[in-house]
Formats: sequence, structure tokens, C-alpha cells
Amino acid sequence: MNQFQYVRPTKRQAAIDAVAKDTTAKFIAGGTNLVDLMKRGIMTPQKLVDINRLPLTKIERENNGLRIGALALNSTVADDKQVREKQPLLSLALNAGASAQLRNMATVGGNMLQRTRCSYFYDLAMPCNKREPGTGCGALEGVNRMHAIFGFSDKCIAVHPSDMSVALVALDATVQVSGPRGNRSIPFADFHRLPGDTPEKDTNLEPGELITAVVVPDGPFTKHVHYQKVRERASYAFALLSVAAALDIDGNNTIKAARLAMGGVAHKPWRLTAAEQALVGKPATEDTFRQAAIVAMQGAKAFKYNAYKLKLGPNTIVQALKTAAAA
Amino acid sequence: MKEQAQDKQIGAPMNRVDGRLKVTGAAKYSAEYEIPGITYAVLVGSTITKGRLTSIDTRAAERAPGVLAVITHFNSPKVPGFDTAGKDPSQPATVGGPLKIFKDDLIRFNDQPIALVVADSWERARFAARLVKAQYAKEKHQTNLEANAAQAFLPTSAKKNPKSPMADYQRGQVDAYKTGAIKLESEYVIPTEVHHPMELQSITAHWEAPDRLTLYDKTQGTLATRRDFAREWNLPEENVKVIATFVGGAFGNALHSWPHESAAIIAAKVVNRPVKLMLTREQMFTMVGYRPYTWQKLGMSATPDGKITAITHESIGQTSTYEEFTESTLAQTRMMYQSPNVTTRYRLAALDIGSPIWMRGPGEATGAFALESAMDEMAHLLNLDPLEFRLRNYTDQDPEKNKPWSTKFLKECYQLGAERVGWNKRQLKPGSLRDGDWLIGYGMGVGTFGAHRGAATVGAQLLPNGTVLLQCATTDIGPGTGTVMTQIAAETLGLSPQKITFDLGKSSYPKAGTQGGSSTVNSVGPAVQEACLALKDKLRGIAASSNAAFASAKKEDVTLTDGYLTVGGNAATRVAYADLLRQPEAATAVTVEAKPGPEGQKYSMYSFSVHFAEVRVHQLTGEVRVSKLVSCADAGTIVNEKTAGNQMKGGAVGGIGMALMEHATIDDRFGRYVTKDFADYHVPVHADSPDVQVAFVNQPDPHVNALGTKGIGEIAIIGVAPAIANAIFNATGKRIRELPITPDKLI
Ligand SMILES: Cc1cc2nc3c(=O)[nH]c(=O)nc-3n(C[C@H](O)[C@H](O)[C@H](O)COP(=O)(O)OP(=O)(O)OC[C@H]3O[C@@H](n4cnc5c(N)ncnc54)[C@H](O)[C@@H]3O)c2cc1C
Ligand code: SF4
Repeated sequence: MNQFQYVRPTKRQAAIDAVAKDTTAKFIAGGTNLVDLMKRGIMTPQKLVDINRLPLTKIERENNGLRIGALALNSTVADDKQVREKQPLLSLALNAGASAQLRNMATVGGNMLQRTRCSYFYDLAMPCNKREPGTGCGALEGVNRMHAIFGFSDKCIAVHPSDMSVALVALDATVQVSGPRGNRSIPFADFHRLPGDTPEKDTNLEPGELITAVVVPDGPFTKHVHYQKVRERASYAFALLSVAAALDIDGNNTIKAARLAMGGVAHKPWRLTAAEQALVGKPATEDTFRQAAIVAMQGAKAFKYNAYKLKLGPNTIVQALKTAAAA
Repeated sequence: MKEQAQDKQIGAPMNRVDGRLKVTGAAKYSAEYEIPGITYAVLVGSTITKGRLTSIDTRAAERAPGVLAVITHFNSPKVPGFDTAGKDPSQPATVGGPLKIFKDDLIRFNDQPIALVVADSWERARFAARLVKAQYAKEKHQTNLEANAAQAFLPTSAKKNPKSPMADYQRGQVDAYKTGAIKLESEYVIPTEVHHPMELQSITAHWEAPDRLTLYDKTQGTLATRRDFAREWNLPEENVKVIATFVGGAFGNALHSWPHESAAIIAAKVVNRPVKLMLTREQMFTMVGYRPYTWQKLGMSATPDGKITAITHESIGQTSTYEEFTESTLAQTRMMYQSPNVTTRYRLAALDIGSPIWMRGPGEATGAFALESAMDEMAHLLNLDPLEFRLRNYTDQDPEKNKPWSTKFLKECYQLGAERVGWNKRQLKPGSLRDGDWLIGYGMGVGTFGAHRGAATVGAQLLPNGTVLLQCATTDIGPGTGTVMTQIAAETLGLSPQKITFDLGKSSYPKAGTQGGSSTVNSVGPAVQEACLALKDKLRGIAASSNAAFASAKKEDVTLTDGYLTVGGNAATRVAYADLLRQPEAATAVTVEAKPGPEGQKYSMYSFSVHFAEVRVHQLTGEVRVSKLVSCADAGTIVNEKTAGNQMKGGAVGGIGMALMEHATIDDRFGRYVTKDFADYHVPVHADSPDVQVAFVNQPDPHVNALGTKGIGEIAIIGVAPAIANAIFNATGKRIRELPITPDKLI
């Protein structure tokens, strides 16, 4: 097998140093994505820095929000009482992902950093700019059924596969990181990148930066929420497309606030702010939802095999909003 | 343990005899034999689809830790049978044959094995395999069936023999549907589907002497495997031992001898140690067959009162460039419905891909998707209930062979299934039923498969401990062969099943055919029965010397009970086994062959099934949920309701996969699959399947064999996919003629 070093520091700084000083080093948390990629030879770190001994598993209140440690397990977060009360959308999105076994291993930090499922990325014999910059994008004129309709470039049309991240971007979360140059907070919407000319970079994390937590601010979205995931089988499949919807509806059925984001459509979880604005102040009816869905889809463009997303997108938005309103 | 009522073994829902072994992990599969000195092999596949291998750099791999050999066509020892293959006059004239691995530099499909790395651990072999670097001279390849449809050809078997089932068929007038009063013409496509049994294909090859080979192999036929590799190495068949005691599912992909098996045997010769080779899940897509991508066109005409007047059914299936694979895609169309005019035309397109192989319900399942969808389309045109339409075209004898059916209880199946699914709720007008955003529909699909029977031999022996040991070379790839044979033996001998051991899965045991084509119970079942009767007769003969009651007894009346042989259970006639066993061993053992008789000439023999589906289709997202699935079968005698029910349920779930999600897709620019693991190639999960309801007519067929069985494995899946597609039409008014029916096709 590929030789690599393995270290398991107990101090945050030691972990950061280990990765910051060695460009071939990688953090490993649950390992459910990284180990797969290593087995296939897609990622070949020379050193694994296991962060599971760092005290980053807590879910606690912080100011006016929930601070979720980067090492909290997907299953723990989904089932957490505070999360379910304050941020039920996050719980729904997490439970829509992967399988129970995987959620028991996967961490919040690792989930955000999971890599695309583009099948060209996964096949060493195929061209892929993300895996091997300069080789071309296999999907651009290939079988691009699963690929992006927003924010792509001619270098890469991949989508980000995380369900959890769709909820977090909708909920205005921030990502707390610690790096060689100290701590900083990154708004979730700025965490992942669009591919542009550098599709090999998925996020704006700097080398050696460790995700320590995600903070989700309290909001009014404790009741009318829904995560609608459309996939090719009833469970255990990545989304063809997904929608996270959260509404605050007053006694007159008027929408006071709305959050909307889509997954499976772009290189990052895709927040739909214009559509949110189109919802606010309107009655929570199917008509309103349809109008918002039209706004949401502006600028979408399809490739040979993913044109269905142009229709599935608005339909799924309507369905998500309808279900959220009725919740 | 309490003995069960002795005359009621056949039909009892007995638990599997090997169930405990399987759930505790004690059952040993082909990759689990740890022979001293074992080594591990990993195949390297071509990254181009067609051309030549110009050079291959194996130096880094050879230097890698633990590596024992890197085998390529440059250094592979000569396999003697590769040169003589096809020259044996006793072999039927087939066209082509399996790929001869490491024989030449030609690349015929993507991921074709070009090198094999053997090392002292699997991890080391896999690491070194990535270090092998190849150079190619690429040629233009063809992997798209539609683009090559114009070059489709009549299979060689049909050219040589106009009576071959692959030849063009004609009854009445050619293409008569074109002039019919009410007619339709539709095209259907099923994509490549891959068997993907849970157990990966694996083999452990061990040359126990320079001319003695033992194979622990995943195969559906120990004797076919023995024959193939004895031929490859010019060995007498008895020098090759094949062991396949447990097979973790196969669905057809272990019906053939594949290049990875040849590779392991070559490697074992080279390193002079046993070699274990297990394919990866990715290699399961490319190296061990698949259900071929198939295009079909079906034309049908009918009278306004719902009588079919003509059917024309054409198909083009894909095959490889080196082997002509054919299957019975059009068989059902020729015999299922009463139509005076029927035309069928079967063609192949040879593409730069690996060879296909029969996948559960093989061609019949593919063909039934077209025929049974077209039946639904015609019923809709006629404004008739699809069940009523089928009844109006029911055949009371085989219209293709003009022979009576041995038995046919399909009407009874229709009735059972329609009641259970609630067919009376079905509305003629599509899109009439809904539950909120979910549209509800009902559909049906019919299946049939030949009740095949072959010769089989079984050995039976009374052991000193009073148990009976039976042996047969058949395999059990999961249906419960060992279990039902135990039941048949128990009933025939009058002994409790606990006192019977049925050993299978070794080529050294008495002969049986390959497990495939729903034929095992039909073939091996009667051999077990006859062997047990012969054993009783033999014991009766021995007993007669000391006990007059046996001299005049018929063998059927002899019963074996705890410790004693009796006539009809009469205690006064008891003879202790201990006394019988004083005879030399052979005296208590028999080996009996059972063969089909002339009945096949007189009757047309088929199993039949019907599947009824209730589906819910989300009108916004296009998601489909199969909310009810009822499968009813006329499969003759049901030997074990439980294992037979498992077969039907498994087939139905396979049908859900076929209808809604399975598709192996090639990027034709590269000739490589873009779906190459279970994240991309979806099979149903629990949430995709309702609790499938199964009902059997359970009427014996007196002509196939004395047990009355007809076979279950294939009819379990044939007709399921169209039942679901038809239900989707009934729910939505959308007719999807290209599988799988994924959400994008319904929005
Ligand atoms: C079969 C299968 C099906 C799946 N289906 C879904 C699905 O439907 N929806 C979905 O959303 N996901 C799905 N997943 C993906 C799964 O959610 C991710 O694999 C998981 O969340 C990754 O978390 P991890 O802790 O195991 O990450 P790891 O594999 O340990 O790490 C992933 C990456 O994150 C980096 N990393 C981890 N933690 C940190 C940190 N704290 N700071 C900085 N870098 C870090 C690692 O260096 C690595 O690059 C599926 C996965 C599999 C295998
Ligand atoms: S879409 Fe991106 S990940 Fe996929 S092949 Fe193109 S560059 Fe690679």
C-alpha cells in the first residue's frame, strides 16, 4: 500500500503545525471520504494528522446561537435536542445524507470538506481539472447528468455533494477556523468556492487551517422547515437536486422571513437570496412559491444530460416550500 | 430434536440447512480458503478501448515490496488450450469464445486485463498494480449500440441453422401489423445492467502437482468450469478439481469461464504457489458480463374487440467483437398470446466492450419489457382493462410449437394477483387516482420461462450412524438447493431432514448441469428422488435375506426410521441398520442418473408468472415509490414455500432495480464506464421495496418430472419491470419506453 505517516496530536496547535509545515499532510476526522479517495489513489497524502483526540465534539450555546464542534458526528448533531429544537432544518438535512453507519463516523468538519462525486474525478484514467489541473474537464462534454447548472466554469462543472452544507448556508452559519496565523470566522456562503480557473480548490481554507466549529445563529426557523432531497432511490444516494427551505409565517399566513438554498446544482451549496426576497411579505401559498421558484432559477444553464434540473429545480423548490409551510 | 411428520417434507417451509452457517460467517466462499503458501493477485486493466499494447513497463511493480511476479502477454507462459480452442470437432460450432488472456497485444475493450501482479499480500499486489505503466497505439472504438445499429447482423447460429431460436421467425404474414385496423409501433430501450451479486468474483488456483489443478472458484457450474480449464491446459478432466461449496449470489455472471480465472491459473503456474484473485467492484462492471444494452421495436395490431391480429418484435442486443452472445429476447412474443401473425427478428451489434452474459430472467426479461409494455399500450388504445385484454388473447396451447402446454395455470395467477393488489381500484383513465401530490397507478406484466430439465446424477449412501449422505456436483448460488434436496430426500426415504446431508458444489461428486435457467430443481430433484428409491430398493434387497417381509415389499413401501428399516412403518418388520451395514460399504450406496423422457416432444413446458404493481409518483419531483408488488407464479409443485418465496421476492426486487434505477453508462468518447461503484450504480435499498406479496398456484406439472416442478428463478423477475412501467403510465399518463424510469423522465 501507499506509505504514509500517521500522527495523532492531542493539542490543537500541534495538529495545525503538522499540516501547515507539510504540504503533503492532511487532517483526518471520520475518514469516510479521505480514506476512500486514498484507496483509489485520488488523494495521496504522505502524512495523516488524526484530529479525533482534539476536544472539538461539543454542541453548546454561544451568544445567540449554537456552536457545533467540528468533530461532532453527523448522527450526534442530527439527534441533538438543542439542534432539533433550534435548528430542525439542519437535523433534517443531515439525516437525508448517506446511511446511518456513515453518519455515525462522519464529522461536521469532514462533511463540509467532502469532495465532489463527479465520476471523472473518481477515475484516474479520465481527464479532470479538479484532480489533475490542466488535463481538461471530462464532464463538460461527457455524461454530465449529475452536474451543475449554476456558477460553473469551463474548467469544472462539478457539484458539491454535501446535504448538511445546504442547510448551513441557508441558516447563515459561520465557520470558525484556527490556523498558523490565528483564528478567524468565515461566513458559510464564502466558505466554498466556485471553480473559476482553479477547480482544484474547493474552499477558501488556507493551508494548515483547521475547522474548529460551525456557529448557527438562532432564528425564527423552528417550525416551518423542510429539506427536500430528490434522488434515484428512496435512501442512500446522493441528491440529483435538493432544497433546504425555512419559513417564518405569521398568523395571517404572511411570510415574515424566508431562507432557501439548493444542493446538487453548483460547486458550492447554492443560496437563493433573490428568491427569499420574493417570498417575504407574501402569503404562504403555492402561487407565491411558484413565483419564488422562477426567480430562483434565473441564470441557470444546463448541459447535455442535466437539462432536467431546470425543471426539477423549481418543482423541488415548490415542494419544499409547500411542505415547510404545512409543517 | 423432534422429527417432523415424515410424509410432508415436500412443500414444508423448512429453514435453510445452511442458514446458520451463512449468518454466522462459517460458510466458506471461494476467496476464503487459506492454503499454505497462498499469494494474492491483482489485475491491471487497459485504459484504452481499442488498439494495441505497444509496451508495458513493469519494472517499478516488480521492484515493489512483496511482489512475486508481474505477468503480461510478453512473458506469460503459453496456455496450450488457447491455440486449440474452437478446433475440437466435438465442440459445438460457436463463434468466438472467451477472451484469451495475455495471449496477444490486442485491446478489445476498456479495462481488459493487460497485466497481473502477484504478491505476498493483497495490499502489496494492489499497490504494485498501480505502478504498471502501459503505452498503447489507439484505434477508433465503438461502444454505442444505436450508432452501430445499421451494422447489426443475424447471429451465426441462425445463419447456420434456420430452425435456431435466434433465426427470424414467421407465423402467418410478415409484418401484418402494418395493415391492422388498430395498431401501434413503439421502440424500447433497456440499458446495460450488471449482475453485481454481493460476493465479488473470486478464484483460488492451486497446482497441487504439475498436472493437477484445484480451483476454489465462484462458479454456477463446477463441471463446466472443470471442462473449460481442463481444456485450456490439455489435462484429463479428472485432474482438475473445482470447489464451489458456497456461492454468494451470481444471477448469471458465473455461468461463463472468464479471463480472470485463466489469469489466476497462469499465475499459480508462474509463481508455483496457490494464487487468490478477487475482482474489485469496478472490475465487476467490465470483466464478468452484464445484461446487454438492447434496442427493441414492437409493432402490434388488434381488432376493436381486443383480439391481437399481428405482432412484429425486433431486437438488437450488444455483444463483444470476439464472442457472439445471444439470448431469448423474443421467445415470449412467439408463444404468449394468440396472434395469427407473428414476426420476430433478432440481431446483434458487436461493440468494443467485454462479452455480456445471461443475467437473471435473461433475454426473456428484456423482451418482456417490450411485449408487456406494448400490451398495455394496446389495451389503452382499445380502452380495455389490460387484464381483460390479456384474457381475450389467452393461449390454451402453444401457438408457436402447436403443442399442448404440459400445464398452464396463468389464469389462476391472474386471479390471485388481481385480488391481492386490489386491481378493481385501477381506473382506465390514467392520472385518475391521487393522494395529495402523489399520483397512484396500477400495472401488470406477465412472465414465462421454459421449464428446462437436464440429466443429473446423485449418489446416496446409508451411513453407519443411520443418516443418509447424498452427493451431487450441482451448485447452490443462493436459491436453497441444498435445503430442497434435503426435503425431497427426506420425503422419499421417510426419514427426518435432520438425518440427511446433501453435499454439493464439488466437481468430484456425481454429475449435474450448471445452476442456471431455473433448471436445478427440475433436474437434480428427480435424481435425488430416484437415488433415494434405488437406495431403499438396495436396502430392501439386503434386508430380504434376513426378513421375509422385505422380499415381497415394493421399494416405495420401504421406510427408514430411527435405526431401523421397515415395510410401511410396521414395527414387526424392523431390521436394524446395524445389521444392514455389516455388508461391504458399496452395498449401502447407489449412484443414479435421472434424465428427461420423451414428454418434451409431446408438450410445451413453461413456468408462468404475473406481477401486479401499485405505484405512487410524485407529480413535482418525479420520484416513484412502488407501494405494492404482488407476484404470482405457476411454477408447478412448490418444494419449499419459504425458499421459493425468497426467490420470488428477490426477483421482484431485482425488477424494481431494472425498472427504476439500474443503468451502467459508458462515456462513448472514452469507452469507459462512468458508473463504476455502488454510489453511481444504484440497486434498490429496503426503502425502495414494499413487502412483496407472493402467491403460488402450486399445481404439479405431471410431465416435466415426477415431482411436478417447473422452475422459479427467472419468472420471478420476468415481467416485473413492465408491470411497474405500466403502473407509472396508469398513474401519470406518461409512457416511458427507456429504462430505468428515473425522476428526470417523469417531470
Ligand atoms: C457511500 C457514501 C454515501 C454518502 N452519501 C452522502 C450523502 O447522501 N450526502 C452527504 O452529504 N454526504 C454523503 N456522503 C459523504 C459523507 O457525508 C462524508 O464522507 C463525511 O461527511 C466526511 O466526514 P469525515 O469526518 O469522515 O471526513 P474525512 O474523510 O475524515 O475528511 C474529509 C476531508 O475533510 C478534511 N477535514 C476533516 N476534518 C477537518 C477539520 N476539522 N478541519 C480541516 N479539515 C478537515 C480532511 O482533511 C479531508 O480532506 C457519503 C459517503 C459515502 C462513503
Ligand atoms: S466537472 Fe470538475 S470534477 Fe468533474 S471532470 Fe470536470 S473538472 Fe473534474
